[in-house]
Amino acid sequence: MILHNDLLIAVALLALIAIILLILWRVLAPGVTLINMIKRFTLWELLVGLSITGSEFFKRKKTVQFPEEKTPKSPRYRGLLALRRYANGEERCIGCKLCEAVCPALAIKIESEQREDGTRRTTRFDIDAFKCIHCGLCEQACPVDSIVLTDESNYTLDRETQIMDKATLLAIGDRCESKIARNLEEDSDYR
Amino acid sequence: MDDWIFLLTTVLKSLLVIVPLLGAVAYYTWLERKVIGYMQARVGPNRTGPRGIGQPIADALKLLFKELLIPTKSNTFIFLIAPILSLAPAIAAWAVVPFADGWVVADVNAGVLYLFAMTSLGAYGILMSGWASNSRYAFLGAMRSAAQIISYEIAMGFALVGVLMAAGSMNMSAIVRAQSGSILHWYFLPLMPMFVVYWISAVAETNRAPFDVAEGESEIVAGFHVEYSGMGFALFFLAEYANMILVSLLAALFFLGGWLSPFQGVAVIEPLFAFVPGIVWLLLKTGIFVFLLLWLRATFPRYRYDQLMQLGWKVLIPITILWIFVEGILILGGVL
Repeated sequence: MILHNDLLIAVALLALIAIILLILWRVLAPGVTLINMIKRFTLWELLVGLSITGSEFFKRKKTVQFPEEKTPKSPRYRGLLALRRYANGEERCIGCKLCEAVCPALAIKIESEQREDGTRRTTRFDIDAFKCIHCGLCEQACPVDSIVLTDESNYTLDRETQIMDKATLLAIGDRCESKIARNLEEDSDYR
Repeated sequence: MDDWIFLLTTVLKSLLVIVPLLGAVAYYTWLERKVIGYMQARVGPNRTGPRGIGQPIADALKLLFKELLIPTKSNTFIFLIAPILSLAPAIAAWAVVPFADGWVVADVNAGVLYLFAMTSLGAYGILMSGWASNSRYAFLGAMRSAAQIISYEIAMGFALVGVLMAAGSMNMSAIVRAQSGSILHWYFLPLMPMFVVYWISAVAETNRAPFDVAEGESEIVAGFHVEYSGMGFALFFLAEYANMILVSLLAALFFLGGWLSPFQGVAVIEPLFAFVPGIVWLLLKTGIFVFLLLWLRATFPRYRYDQLMQLGWKVLIPITILWIFVEGILILGGVL
């Protein structure tokens, strides 16, 4: 029975290899426990990691599809600057220059003079948009709620549009008036 | 006259392999971005066509029209030939791959050996690109890549020695045929350690995460192809993804029974699935590994370089050598 003998030799050799491995293990890695060894050779931790990413694969995605979807915005959002008007179309700004004084970035430049009806109005109201840090101090300083930061956040500025003059700011205010009023109303309890 | 017909049919057969391969490579990049996005709670590309299906075409067009920059102090000839040397072996290796019983461009008897030669040749393209770029990052990346490929080639070779021993042949088709019988006869069961070692070294061979120290964008920008733009970059990209698909296909051939049906030997179900052509089974099995490559990339952080070398030389190679002995004994005992 050659086959029988071969089988016996094979079993004996396998046992020998197992014993050598056991000795090697105790000598080369004395601190490693059996459970640790099994974990290493079955790639246990790697499989745990794979299961996490695997389950994430089927979960709902958190992406906001930007131009179509937008994330909610606080009424206090400090975005694009604007100048407001009263309901009758009169500009609010009285040229008191409080915002110019409070601006930490020195971004505001105001010149004013008396108008024919005796009120003081600005002749020049420039904001350097590159200097502006959108801190909102001008909005807090303004006694007539004229200068405000809208919640407009998707805009670009380049060197052509860097200096926002009075007309530009008033135009933005006109365009966004409903939004500005709504945000101010929403936030009024905390002002 | 016969020679011409042979040449013509061979060219046609090659085209039948290469054209779908390039398409698969293009859409593999799309799949990669999608799968990794999904695993990171994102959706991946979704703007070019439905579900971003046009993304690879847009990418290819962009790369085609980009300017090919050549660094001033580079070795221009080697710089230009390196991407070709990288892509050519990656495609040439497909010549011996059997897609189904008899569906093979060249039914070589030393198929496995040829495959090894071709995958190793890819290292030259990487090494030469790193050298010719005259850039420190590229050079470091190339050195890392070469050392890594050489180290893991040994472990991979030993793992495949196990397959050769079990199959008793170097012919790829013969190796698959040797696995026929039932799903229990596929080599992933008796050669489980070899299978795991093969797959780990295959990931390392293709310079993929978590063994992508050759690219290592956080340390060396992009590694060996940092100076390439346009088509030069595209060729490296094609080579890498073609190699990824190749190692996945080889894993399916060597360990998961290639084109054999998984229901072979099962009484009732086997005739039900008899109509499915072999290539479908092969592609499905390949798909498992193709997906696994992306899954691994989405899961594991990059190995440190010395750990990578330690894993290759001190863990994988001893395991394979040991299992070759065990397998020899099993064959001697008539078990395998």
